[in-house]
Amino acid sequence: MNQVSTISPNDILTTAEQWRWQIGHTFHEQLMETIYTEAAEIADAAVTRPDSRPRFDLDRTIDRLVTSRLWGFPMMVLLFTLVFWITIAGANIPSGWLSQLLIDTAHPWLKSGAAAIGMPWWLSGLLLDGMYLATAWVVSVMLPPMAIFFPLFTLLEDFGYLPRVAFNLDNVFRKAGAHGKQALSMMMGFGCNAAGVVATRVIDSPRERLIAIITNNFALCNGRWPTQILIATLFIGGLVPAYLAGLVSALAVVGIAMLGVLFTFGVSWALSRTMLQGEVSTFSLELPPYRPPRILQTIYTSLIDRTIYVLWRAVVFALPAGAVIWLVANIQVGGSSVAEYLINVLNPIGVLVGLNGVILLAYVVAIPANEIVIPTVLMLTVLVTGAHHVGAGAGVMFEMQSEAGMITLFQNGGWTLLTAVNLMLFSLLHNPCSTTIYTIYKETGSAKWTAVAALLPVVIGFVVTFVVAQVWRLVAG
Amino acid sequence: MNQPYNSPATDACAACPVHHTANLRKLGVNMDEWDYVVALAGNPNTGKSTVFNALTGLRQHTGNWPGKTVTRAEGGFLYAGKQYKLVDLPGTYSLLSTSLDEEVARDFILFGQPDVTVIVVDATRLERNLNLVLQVLEITDRAVVCLNLMDEARRHRLQVDARTLARDLGVPVVPTAARQGEGLPLLLQMISEVASGQTVCRPRRLRRQPPQLKRAVEELVARIEAVFPRLPNARWVALRLLDGDERIAEAVRRGELGDLARSAPPMADSDMLIPLEVAQ
Repeated sequence: MNQVSTISPNDILTTAEQWRWQIGHTFHEQLMETIYTEAAEIADAAVTRPDSRPRFDLDRTIDRLVTSRLWGFPMMVLLFTLVFWITIAGANIPSGWLSQLLIDTAHPWLKSGAAAIGMPWWLSGLLLDGMYLATAWVVSVMLPPMAIFFPLFTLLEDFGYLPRVAFNLDNVFRKAGAHGKQALSMMMGFGCNAAGVVATRVIDSPRERLIAIITNNFALCNGRWPTQILIATLFIGGLVPAYLAGLVSALAVVGIAMLGVLFTFGVSWALSRTMLQGEVSTFSLELPPYRPPRILQTIYTSLIDRTIYVLWRAVVFALPAGAVIWLVANIQVGGSSVAEYLINVLNPIGVLVGLNGVILLAYVVAIPANEIVIPTVLMLTVLVTGAHHVGAGAGVMFEMQSEAGMITLFQNGGWTLLTAVNLMLFSLLHNPCSTTIYTIYKETGSAKWTAVAALLPVVIGFVVTFVVAQVWRLVAG
Repeated sequence: MNQPYNSPATDACAACPVHHTANLRKLGVNMDEWDYVVALAGNPNTGKSTVFNALTGLRQHTGNWPGKTVTRAEGGFLYAGKQYKLVDLPGTYSLLSTSLDEEVARDFILFGQPDVTVIVVDATRLERNLNLVLQVLEITDRAVVCLNLMDEARRHRLQVDARTLARDLGVPVVPTAARQGEGLPLLLQMISEVASGQTVCRPRRLRRQPPQLKRAVEELVARIEAVFPRLPNARWVALRLLDGDERIAEAVRRGELGDLARSAPPMADSDMLIPLEVAQ
């Protein structure tokens, strides 16, 4: 700086200090008070209020209901159950169509086309049986539920319901030693954990923000809803008469989601008493007015922003994953395939926690994206059950026209109700996907906290599934 | 006071669809250069992102809850032959606190030096929203108030007089209902008039502060302007120093305050975000 001036920067600071002494520590309050007074004056001059208050205020009435101590929580459960029920009931039929089209019809057609142009078996296997089928599975399993779930969720959001949920949960979060606004980042986490982690920026205190970041993974994300919905539909819905199946499956999914919320509270509580001790900060949360949702625009944006985005991400990860699965299933080492070898290594651990080697391997393959867990599990199960004689080689998913086909496959793979329940639990309680881990690293700038956020849920997942498996086996004999 | 900005003539013009479609071209994110930078500030949940989408044609996700936007979103539009870069800032109640999302907004208005700051306010909660408006007017000369959610105000049978408000605030006030696209043509026109200097604002500065406070600010402003002559918001720096803001004091001590004002504004989002420090 080449200022020619008799006053130096230090003079400014000295003057400021002197005035601070004179004014005292109430400067901030005095300034705010001035601003408030003037704002009130200006607003008074500009606003004319209606002479009489309307006798019935709809917003107020809805608020009393949805944030009531008695009805708040039941209404929350009811609303979310309704959303999942609509999703599950509505997704079945289009899912069937898509798998009919992409897998039952298009795949054999492509295979015969490849044979006709003389494509070598390994290339058509890698491209069609690996990459194409994995992608087709992701699309047919994920697209319908997402196309229903996201618009519904976005409508709730647009209407103004989410801040009420935050309001209801605030008290619990405070008791857990966390920040009330964590309810908001948790809600974002139900869409995508990476987005949820970024959303924690609304929390001022670093301590509470870290708690929110570490526990965000307990909010069931996009990539995991389809797993929950499919497994619940197949195994839990299958336990009851057909007319109840949809509702019971929906309740099972809501149950898992709520369990995630409980884990959020529990882990926040534990963290705030161990690694991240400190005061709870207070804040004010504005309950925005209810706004009639713009249905068409909401459907448009949620389809474009969320459904297509998530689907695209899933496809991008499914393509290489499909190739990897096909390769590990077909590369032979000492008489058995690499996949069989890996599954055999993982199987004892899997069985110990009520899962199996296939599921654990699928979770390793699916670290980049949770979305591909189910396709991977299906492909690998086909491999180990030897069901591939139906299809076209190892690591290939064969045609499955119905849920019955899928459930038979799983049963051949040794699945029981315990496997299904523990898969649902493990899907909730395992490491975040690599995108989320990277986001956590970017937001915290700390390798240590990133490691905690990544490993804590897996450890909890193994402990929980282990306990469930042991108790289950004890009780069921 | 001469107020060309809300005369009935412009209103009639703006209501005509030809006027609107002929002048606005939404550019989305495709912009390499721009003539003016416009910042969108406001309390949380007043519809900033909705205004942003309506002007840029982007589909920044909007949600009915405070805190939806935590980083800046940028987009562009072309209006009457000029390119505008529009920056959607996170909602904030105040510029005087220290949370990360509020800092993003504050630093941009202060150091990004937008050509126009559009303050989106909720017409149904005017008093509380004006707190922020008054703070923004303390630090910038060029602002337009977008009196949004007029549809909701009507639903609550509130009448908000934009002219009185414009007179008291000394900047243009445009009533809008951004969700319905109502009032946006006039908003665009006001933005362009303020950006080009056609309309000169005389923003209200705080008048009711205790005399002692007033003297302290005046004395400090004089000194700050002597040392940092090109600083656009000496008043705000004075207020922060009196409030004991260490970050600003440090910038003054090192003589970096002038650099902040002169150098290019921090443009990448990540640069503005201070890494989370772990409290232990």
